[in-house]
Amino acid sequence: MILRGLFFTFIIRPFILIILGLNVRRLENLPKKGPAIIVANHNSHLDTLVLMTLFRGKLIHQVRPIAAADYFLKNRFIAWFALHMMNIIPLERKPKQKKGIFDGIYHALDNNHIVILFPEGSRGEPEKVARLKSGIYYLLKERPDVPVFPVFMHGLGKSLPKGERTFVPFFCDVFVGEPFLWEDNRKQFMKTVEEKMNKLAAEGSFPQWDSD
Amino acid sequence: MAFEAISREILIVLIGILALLIVSSIIAFLLTKFNREKDFSEVNARIKSWWVMAAVFTMAILINHNVSLIFLAFLCFLAFKEYLSLIPTNRAHRKILFWAYLSIPIQFFWIYIGWYGMFIIFIPVYMFLFLPIQMILIGENKGFLRTMGSVHWGLMIMVFGLSHLAYLLVLPGITGENGATGAGLILYIVILTQCNDVAQFIWGKLLGKHKVIPRVSPNKTWEGLIGGIITTVGLALLLAPLLTPLTLKGTLFTGFLIGLTGFIGDVNISSLKRDLGIKDTGQTIPGHGGILDRVDSLTYTAPLFFHFIRYFYFT
Repeated sequence: MILRGLFFTFIIRPFILIILGLNVRRLENLPKKGPAIIVANHNSHLDTLVLMTLFRGKLIHQVRPIAAADYFLKNRFIAWFALHMMNIIPLERKPKQKKGIFDGIYHALDNNHIVILFPEGSRGEPEKVARLKSGIYYLLKERPDVPVFPVFMHGLGKSLPKGERTFVPFFCDVFVGEPFLWEDNRKQFMKTVEEKMNKLAAEGSFPQWDSD
Repeated sequence: MAFEAISREILIVLIGILALLIVSSIIAFLLTKFNREKDFSEVNARIKSWWVMAAVFTMAILINHNVSLIFLAFLCFLAFKEYLSLIPTNRAHRKILFWAYLSIPIQFFWIYIGWYGMFIIFIPVYMFLFLPIQMILIGENKGFLRTMGSVHWGLMIMVFGLSHLAYLLVLPGITGENGATGAGLILYIVILTQCNDVAQFIWGKLLGKHKVIPRVSPNKTWEGLIGGIITTVGLALLLAPLLTPLTLKGTLFTGFLIGLTGFIGDVNISSLKRDLGIKDTGQTIPGHGGILDRVDSLTYTAPLFFHFIRYFYFT
């Protein structure tokens, strides 16, 4: 707990604010308390760090990113860091049986935590939004009153894309949208999520990578 | 020692800035109060940002030498980062951007040790020759010229050009008999450049009719430009005895130089923005846009003023 607070206050937050630089629109839209779900596009390991720094003070301990168990628990050092510093909720990407896979998330939501979820499932191609997976629909089916807050980020996939080691600073745009609720129709709900994200993405005009 | 650079003269100038800010805040307040049909929220946001910028800048310049250097290096970093965030870049050439960023601390190190010869050729010669080597090692030929051209242009404007401000601090003979300090010279050039921007804007709003370069910047008028230059020459005359060793002729020339080249620096960045199809370079400074929108004129005035004053007064 204390270590996490120090880690974010003295390392992550200064790094994100000074070296990277954020342009946040509508920070006030973010939930002040849980339970809540943040959905965001996913291009870089920095995404989670940036989203977490948006929450000030003690709230940081209530923010729980959902992360792939196969990737983040693969060795002891990464697992310690992911579980204790990042406070992740591990999720099996290819579970042997479906029953009970969301238990960790339900437990967090029932404890008024703010859960970060990347519906694309993985970081994918830098600065491109991949097709959204419907896990979020099934997840919320049993907690339909939990509000969903869409956040769109741009720039981090350029700073530290998948498979690159050199960090290059770019200004990062963060657009926070209006919260919405679960709908009892998978296709309709997924369409809503997608539309919310696309609407936020359309707010900025971003230079893409040139011809790769 | 903190605040060792504050002389009686600099104190007078600081009081002047404070007075100017207070007067503009009062005018904006009265306009907002008595002219309710028009929206003054942008003007108010701008003035509020001027207060913050003036406070941060004067603190950074006057606390001490090393704080000033770090502040100016950070300013270069912010401007350069904003530029790189705006332009299209080739993913294969990410490493070039990394090396380009690295030139900022190195450039400021030369300034810190006062090595003029290295300061003046490091980016134009060594970085210019070094970056293509990295490109060749990466081996991605597609977009070679585009990456090389745009990265080095940015380095020249935003790192090399702006870092001239910092070299004013370490000019040989700067604390000699003619009384000027590096901090005083930085204050002089920055106040004149920023006031020139504002004066050109105000004269353009009041009298502006004939456009100078409608295709690049439709709001720039001859009336604004000339009114701005005259105002800047006046202000240059007023401040020169307080902050600089400039003679009368030198002051008149400096005022004119800043008035004209401040305008050019401004429209230079405007051209870039038109090319990229954007209005502001960022949202860092409320009411103003990005860092680059604020330092655009300085990218021209700082190196030109530096070389003028160095050649005629410090060699």
